[in-house]
Amino acid sequence: MPVDASLVGRTYPPTRPYTVSEAKVRELAATTGADWDGGPVPPTFPIVLAFEAMNAFLEAEGVELARIVHGDQKFRYERPLRVGDVLTAALTVASVRSIGGNDVIGTTSEVRDVDGALVCATSATLVHRGAA
Amino acid sequence: MSAGTNLEVGAELVTQRYVVRRSDLVRYAGASGDLNPIHWSDRVATEVGLPGVIAHGMYTLALAARAVATWTGDAEVVELGAKFTAPVVVPDDDTGVEVEVAGTVASVEDGLATIKLTVTSSGQKVLGMPKAVVRA
Repeated sequence: MPVDASLVGRTYPPTRPYTVSEAKVRELAATTGADWDGGPVPPTFPIVLAFEAMNAFLEAEGVELARIVHGDQKFRYERPLRVGDVLTAALTVASVRSIGGNDVIGTTSEVRDVDGALVCATSATLVHRGAA
Repeated sequence: MSAGTNLEVGAELVTQRYVVRRSDLVRYAGASGDLNPIHWSDRVATEVGLPGVIAHGMYTLALAARAVATWTGDAEVVELGAKFTAPVVVPDDDTGVEVEVAGTVASVEDGLATIKLTVTSSGQKVLGMPKAVVRA
């Protein structure tokens, strides 16, 4: 098992600063068929940061991404994201359980702006599938 | 634009339908940075025991968020989440698969409206307890 309970409580270093750009917001909005024209940043946007934090975590622990299935994702926003925001995400391992041959990893990630203020708190459950 | 007056408790929101094709998953993979091959390679997906290439859970949630934006006139979302309970299997054809997003206003209090969502594909619920809380 590549992920074990000794990781619970560990926080990984924050991702490098990420600048929210119009081009990226438009690109992500377009994946759902929306034509973004400067309105609110879609609420699923912080996944870009959360995903980078998750990838760094999986890499650090030697977990193969293809064995990960996303179990759930929640976002709670302190304020809307804005174009021009410079953000980082830091991931903490909240729980590790073994269920039916799969490891179920609970994570939380805090997305903060350059002043260190919390913008979005997000949690994700990652299911590491054992050998099929 | 604020959520306006359509967010009354019990209001049933107009079901939104989206077609998901393989090309959408490739596009989402590139845009989001989630290059997990289970979302574009049948070989890898079946190797890890999935029925085939599946949509990113976050892509399905992004479609649900788009429905919320449509219903509320782009109201500020303060909370959004779901469990990814069943995979949305996306065939390698030109038709793709449909994802349906239905919503009901469950509560309105303290300036916040909670919208309970029902997200289905091929007649099956694919998200568990999906909900959005918006500033009403």
